[in-house]
Amino acid sequence: MTTKLFGEPVRRREDARLVSGEGRFLDDLGQQALAAAFVRSPHAHARITSIDVDAALEVAGLVAIYTWEDLPAGVAEPLPLLIPHPALTHGRTAYPLARDIVRHVGEPIVMVVARDRYLAEDICSLIEIGYEYFKPVVGLEEAVSSTHLVHQDVPGNVGAHLVQEVPSAGGQSAAEAIAAAPHTLAFRLDIERSACMPLEGKGVYARWDADDESLRVYSSTQTSTSVRMAIAAKLGLPLPKVEVIAPDVGGGFGVKIVHPWPEEVLVPWAARLLNQEIKWTEDRREHFISSAHERAQIQHVQVGFDDAGRVLGLSVEILHDHGAYTPYGIIVPIITSTQLLGPYRIGAYRVEFSSIYTNTVQVTPYRGAGRPQGVFCMERTMDKIAQKLGLDRADVRAANFIQPDQFPYDQGLIFQDGRPLIYDSGDYPESLRKLKDLIGWDEFPALRESARAEGRRLGIGLGCYVEGTGVGPYEGGHIQITSDGRVHVSTGLTSQGQGHETVFAQIAATELGVPIERVSVVTGDTRRFGYAVGTFASRAAVMSGNAIALACRKVREKALRVAADALEADPRDLEITDGVVHVVGSPAASIPLATVAVLSNPLRYAFDEEAKRATQFATTGSMDRPPVAEGEEPGLEGKGYYSPIRSTFASGMHAAIVETDPETAEIRILRYAVVHDCGKMINPMLVEGQIHGGVAQGVGGALYEKMVYDEHGQLLNASFMDFLMPYATEIPHIETDHLETPSPLNPLGIKGAGEAGVIPVSAVIAAAIEDAEGFPIDRMPISPSDLYDLRLRSPR
Amino acid sequence: MADIRMRVNGSIEKLDVEPRVSLLDALREHLGLTGTKKGCDQGACGACTVLADGERIVSCLALAVQYADRDITTIEGVTSPLQRSFVRHDGFQCGYCTSGQICSAVGMLTEHAAGAPSAVTGDLATMEIELTAEEIRERMSGNLCRCGAYNGIVAAIEEGIR
Repeated sequence: MTTKLFGEPVRRREDARLVSGEGRFLDDLGQQALAAAFVRSPHAHARITSIDVDAALEVAGLVAIYTWEDLPAGVAEPLPLLIPHPALTHGRTAYPLARDIVRHVGEPIVMVVARDRYLAEDICSLIEIGYEYFKPVVGLEEAVSSTHLVHQDVPGNVGAHLVQEVPSAGGQSAAEAIAAAPHTLAFRLDIERSACMPLEGKGVYARWDADDESLRVYSSTQTSTSVRMAIAAKLGLPLPKVEVIAPDVGGGFGVKIVHPWPEEVLVPWAARLLNQEIKWTEDRREHFISSAHERAQIQHVQVGFDDAGRVLGLSVEILHDHGAYTPYGIIVPIITSTQLLGPYRIGAYRVEFSSIYTNTVQVTPYRGAGRPQGVFCMERTMDKIAQKLGLDRADVRAANFIQPDQFPYDQGLIFQDGRPLIYDSGDYPESLRKLKDLIGWDEFPALRESARAEGRRLGIGLGCYVEGTGVGPYEGGHIQITSDGRVHVSTGLTSQGQGHETVFAQIAATELGVPIERVSVVTGDTRRFGYAVGTFASRAAVMSGNAIALACRKVREKALRVAADALEADPRDLEITDGVVHVVGSPAASIPLATVAVLSNPLRYAFDEEAKRATQFATTGSMDRPPVAEGEEPGLEGKGYYSPIRSTFASGMHAAIVETDPETAEIRILRYAVVHDCGKMINPMLVEGQIHGGVAQGVGGALYEKMVYDEHGQLLNASFMDFLMPYATEIPHIETDHLETPSPLNPLGIKGAGEAGVIPVSAVIAAAIEDAEGFPIDRMPISPSDLYDLRLRSPR
Repeated sequence: MADIRMRVNGSIEKLDVEPRVSLLDALREHLGLTGTKKGCDQGACGACTVLADGERIVSCLALAVQYADRDITTIEGVTSPLQRSFVRHDGFQCGYCTSGQICSAVGMLTEHAAGAPSAVTGDLATMEIELTAEEIRERMSGNLCRCGAYNGIVAAIEEGIR
């Protein structure tokens, strides 16, 4: 490896097309396609009594109107429950078009296909639907106490109930450890709903090729391979006759890993039925009311600890709001309850969650996927312990840290991949030291006092987290070096802005010893790579990055074998630099990879000058061996798969200094500091970008974002005017420092970084506001109005 | 239907559109200029920002017929050093908001050059307002970037004006 690009801040190879308007996003494709639009339920809970399309049928430009009754057997079934779990005793999923009952505002009922989207929406407005209304169930506490049911066959609105318990080393249960502890605390925490809100909504564009009897589908998805399998299964098509491509995707953040969305089945089905191209692009209101949300939980916490603040027993009961359906199972509350423990080694732990139905949009992972809630719980607990004992908040954390010599560290729980929660590596004391230096933790009390003397309120907070990244089961990579010397890399998982084209090219260029300009990367295109899981859980770099490295190593080995034959050298004496194989120490004895690619593929026919070298009368190979040796394949090509034994665990710590206005209760973040450890970094600039993006979404969750439902189940703030997300004015300068603790679990020593930035932000901001104000902050987000009200109720 | 003409990225385009068609949809669906993006269709995210006679507007809240005979510049017609600085400073990730961010920044610099103050400008009487990071953030606060690349965007614009 002499062309070292791994670890360098290489500029993104995606960028040129994106700054010139040449990106190809879903709605940029299929300009001539028919448009689909949907009539969605305006009611949160109702029975459909009639659908009258008479007026709609008169509109010129109408192509088709479909209701549930029009759907064939496979398509008419409820959508799949993607991740079954024994504790999910009452999992329920929606029909692609509502069959008889609607369970949230926004559920699709009628699909309209028309000449263009304007017309399709006109037609939707002419369709009359009759409803018999039911009382909707809105809000977690109402859902568990209500006699009204979201699903008539789900008693108590409880979809799942799960308890995990880890006794102390001495065999005490959490309850026993808490009862016996010198100090105890009990409190409640509340976290609101937010949502991924990628700037590009979902979208599907399908083309049926009647001559070839094949289907090509473009979807703005985080998993094209799985969408492909779902479509083939639902439509009863042979898998090789379906291809799914994720084009440029305008952000995902979790919502696009859910699949198949109703539209991902219906649009291809109708395109085949009508033998016409059809496209649907989600509008913003549709994204608010009919995709997915996340975060909402109520947590009841009991903790027992000693004089040094060491946690002896912790018991957490979680109510998790999963909305009207459970297509993604109970992954979110499982992650909350397991990742809650963070970098800490605690005595005994008990966690119990109930996952609850409400007549609201379904809940599926949003960047962080349950971790922000878990970290909010653990970090608020640490701060409350420090407060109770009069100790420094950083010291309490340090007293509970798992130490660097205690890895691998088994938390005794089962993680979201069904495997033991065992941390692979980390150095939490060093992270904390770096963070305290970066933010000036020890100097802050003096700053707070001098600000106070001027009538200003300043506060500081910190938060720690551990993030299981790179979950399995596997990803693969394919490498082909063609006779022009170009390196073609493909992997099945998809990209939504992470810079995969760049980092995967860096890995391939480094492994193969070729200039990065010769490497091209394709992701999320089932025509190129059919086996994949998808992009989620900070897994792309770990999973596909390692798979691509393994594929490169295979191809490199073969290239050296072929080159060794041609150079009459020992492969062990060869190296590849700048795309040329040469004998170490004698640079004159060399052969370009392009030529090696030619020689690796014995030819009968010369299609160009270069190819002549590989034809039957030009080669000098032994007459005793077949042109393609036994066990070999023609070409410089190879596949590699990476399947980890379990997740690898990244970690980090954030700190913030905030100022609260004594009169208006406005909250300003003055400084924000991050120390992050994702193992070896492939591209520090892109890691930094991921951290920044995560922090920005975290600030949104801490201070601005919530889904406001009224008692009728109407989402009152379903627009960008009312659902507040951070703009440039809300995001502070972010100071970062890094630690690189390699993962022992994979060849490249890397850990995921995609979600990290968002995870501790609510906890950090709550701690800083609490420090400025002097009363507990137990809910998130917190607006100036919320803070103002809290001040009235909590005299300083 | 309305027959209109419009100068788009320097060339005269004829459009035959319903009066209700937004400028955004006219550009994307009738002229095939798909670089301009639709993020919310409600004027709140700025992804659809284009320049009308040099002034930045959100094209989703504009009707095409309102812009008959006007001079429209979309990202496809922009050649600005800002594009390079957005790349250098990692000012985007997915790129969906980027066309709008760049058009908005170009328009913002024109407004600033004309002496327009912002909500954070201290002395409104001054003719030379310094484009500090705070001024840039305020003046770019109509453009949402859900990937959160704001620090890169601000750095890119700071470099672009040097």
